Amino acid sequence: MKHLPLEQPGVVGRSPPRKDGADKVTGRARYLDDLTFPGQLWGRTVRSQVPHGKIRGIVWDPAFDWTDIVRVTAKDIPGDNVVHLIEDDQPMLAADVVRHREEAIALIAGADREKLEEALLHVRVEIEELPPVLDPLLSTHVFKAYRIEQAPRGLAAAFGAHRVVEGTYRVGHQEQMYIEPQAIAALPRPDGGVTIYGSMQCPFYIHRALQRLLRLDDAQVAVIQVVTGGGFGGKEDYPSVLAGHAALLARKAGRPVKMIYRREEDVAATTKRHPAVMKYRTAVAEDGTLIALEADIVMDGGAYVTLSPVVASRGVLHAAGAYRWQHARIDCRVVQTHTPPNGAFRGFGVPQTLFAVESHLEAIAAALRMDPLALRRKNALRLGDVLPTGQKLTSSVSAREVLDLVAARSGYAQKRATYSRDQGPRRRGIGLSLAFHGAGFTGSGEARLKPRAGVELTRRGVRVLSVSTDIGQGTITVFSQMAADALGLPIDAVDVAENDTSKMPDSGPTVASRTTMVVGGTITRAAQTMARILQGYVAEIFSAPAGEVSCQRGVFSARGRPLAPFEAVASRYLDERGPLVVIEQYRHPPGIVFDDVAYRGDAYPCYGWAATAVEVEVDLDTYEVSLLEVATATDVGRAIHPVLAEGQIEGGTVQALGYALLEEHFWSQGRLLNTRLQNYLIPTALDVPRMQTALLENPYPQGPYGAKGLGELPMDGPAPAVVAAVLQATGKLVPDLPLSPDRIMRALESP
Amino acid sequence: MKLFVNGAERSFEAPPLRRLLDVLREDLGLTGTKEGCGEGECGACAVSIDGELVNSCLVPVCQVEGSSVLTVEGVAAGGPLTTLQQCFLERGGAQCGICTPGMIVAAHRFLASGKPATSENVREAIAGNLCRCTGYAKIVEAIQLAANGVAPVEPRGAGARR
Repeated sequence: MKHLPLEQPGVVGRSPPRKDGADKVTGRARYLDDLTFPGQLWGRTVRSQVPHGKIRGIVWDPAFDWTDIVRVTAKDIPGDNVVHLIEDDQPMLAADVVRHREEAIALIAGADREKLEEALLHVRVEIEELPPVLDPLLSTHVFKAYRIEQAPRGLAAAFGAHRVVEGTYRVGHQEQMYIEPQAIAALPRPDGGVTIYGSMQCPFYIHRALQRLLRLDDAQVAVIQVVTGGGFGGKEDYPSVLAGHAALLARKAGRPVKMIYRREEDVAATTKRHPAVMKYRTAVAEDGTLIALEADIVMDGGAYVTLSPVVASRGVLHAAGAYRWQHARIDCRVVQTHTPPNGAFRGFGVPQTLFAVESHLEAIAAALRMDPLALRRKNALRLGDVLPTGQKLTSSVSAREVLDLVAARSGYAQKRATYSRDQGPRRRGIGLSLAFHGAGFTGSGEARLKPRAGVELTRRGVRVLSVSTDIGQGTITVFSQMAADALGLPIDAVDVAENDTSKMPDSGPTVASRTTMVVGGTITRAAQTMARILQGYVAEIFSAPAGEVSCQRGVFSARGRPLAPFEAVASRYLDERGPLVVIEQYRHPPGIVFDDVAYRGDAYPCYGWAATAVEVEVDLDTYEVSLLEVATATDVGRAIHPVLAEGQIEGGTVQALGYALLEEHFWSQGRLLNTRLQNYLIPTALDVPRMQTALLENPYPQGPYGAKGLGELPMDGPAPAVVAAVLQATGKLVPDLPLSPDRIMRALESP
Repeated sequence: MKLFVNGAERSFEAPPLRRLLDVLREDLGLTGTKEGCGEGECGACAVSIDGELVNSCLVPVCQVEGSSVLTVEGVAAGGPLTTLQQCFLERGGAQCGICTPGMIVAAHRFLASGKPATSENVREAIAGNLCRCTGYAKIVEAIQLAANGVAPVEPRGAGARR
């Protein structure tokens, strides 16, 4: 984009009420569970119940009346028995081997939900059990391995010449816990195809998965997103499984089939954040200069590849933190275990590696007896610095700025001094962290995908065309703001088309902090193109000098003289010339090049930056941690809608505080033991303190209005800030999440 | 069976142990009330029964026969948005929206209680309603704003600009 209309009067940078807000606060918004399809059946899933084994047979109890129950097994699949994504290793329904306890083997559907539950008890799957691999460190099946090196020849010398600090950091699973469970309805069509309605992030993932599963051509599938009750990555790839299941049942039944997971089933069977074990070894100069880094990271992918290669890739690309190093070697592998596949969850590999590197910075500061903030400031990335991949940072770098802002807002220095004098059974501490997050797909992802989006002229304004989903983050509103300003329209004149793969251009999945920056930028360009077309049209019909026509607040004018309202021009255009649709394709910024094989170059066009300060009080009798205050400072490039941007930051921060202190899964022989909100705790309003949220705007010149990605960044930094605060309060660095009382006790009681 | 739902008398047939949630959503067509967990943990199905905040997924309908039930649909009752709903809109109290109906009912009941809208009191009032999107800050802000009767103003913009 050539110019950044930062000071233009308009709606970008303001916070109008979200467009879907009135429906949501009145209960009028219709989620999948609120829709009824004539003749609908309900679908349920028959699962393995053992983590690894060979299927010997499916026994349908002959004493049970199966007449009004529809049954589906792998034999009913007309196309490829795969969940189409990156690799073809995951079957839609297991036919010979099961690789995790929740693997789907058969499906049943019926109109009577009570009878359906009864039917589930009358199906038995005979499985010859095989020994499962449950510890990722013992797994020999590597899905994907990466190595990033920066001046590696100097590593040995650096470790010989400087102080060496080592540490091992561990994180477990984290559940997305969207409040609306997975929900899909499949409707069979007369042409043999299928129409899907559902709660989802990525309509085209489902579209393509169904084409392969059911052997359908493009026009035989339509996937329509309905209002979606949260996703956080959990509705990136899993809805393809559920849609596949519902579609198989619907085609066999010849009737619509609705599948909505119960909470326990959702938690047990769907994807989670990858657990990881991360070993760090660093060489540091006595003045605090970071010299060399070696890291060895193992992530647990679960039973199938799903998105693991890209999760590990993003994780390893952020593993050095937002700091300058002279030498680095970072290894990462993601391996198979016989547990349900892990997948996308806000942050996508980065919360794990940033937890490790930021906790490790605390260990370095302690070893050097240096203030952790001073250590971070000294080494924080600046414009012109080079990342381990060789990427030179050329714009929109705010590492020092967010650190300084959060230190000032939280009163870091003064509290640090005060709390260092705490005595007695309750000790306070303050800690902070620095995070960065690459916006958009990794590497050449965007260039390969070639996302498309656009606008269509309507009689009252324009309609935005894309398949980017609003899952609560505010896509509909942000796209409307961008299109409104590009065309000089009030936001009410912009609407956003229903998200339907049979009608919309493929703007790509709603993931990777790419929606505002990548798709929003493409929509803005399309709207600018349409503005030029309409300006030319107005110049023609009013005989005004071309180039002097503009539109502001919905009125076309030339040289300050009003000519006609937008609606009148739009109607005349549509009557005279027919429909006007402008679709643009995303253009990756020139000069941003990444080598996906060697892992060298510009992995992301730009980065968002955030610092978090957390204050805690630790009870030394019970080892409970209470949060006293949380402050964040975040560089978003440009806040298109400050209230929504703050909402992303605050919501992500609280998910990360849950990761830090509360959220933990317990397993026994591949079986998840805590699958309910009673025993997997997420933060309530009483668990989180007051938050100070500061937005910093350091525009990204290639982003729409200067905006860059934001959605995932707030998830990355809070957990290590909690570790740092607990370290100040207790004197111990607890290197495993979550910081539950038992972990803190073990750390304090160890020598 | 009989209930007074959002001020109107509603008669229906239902097995006595049918969940109030299912009666509201399926028998009476009031789908504003949501199901998030089915075991009284998330509060998405919260409604007010005779002035008490209750998770409707845990209530057999026979237990509340003849009671007055307020659901999210009854808060504005077809009229203009209430101040509370306006404040949720202005302050970003709703994101994905699935917890919002329960939150609105919980907050509505809190406002009716006349308790001072301190942050602690507000957080206590919505402690049974889980939200995974907002981190609660904007919800608390919206409820406090509604309680204090201050007209919503343009929210603060960005902190620093370069």
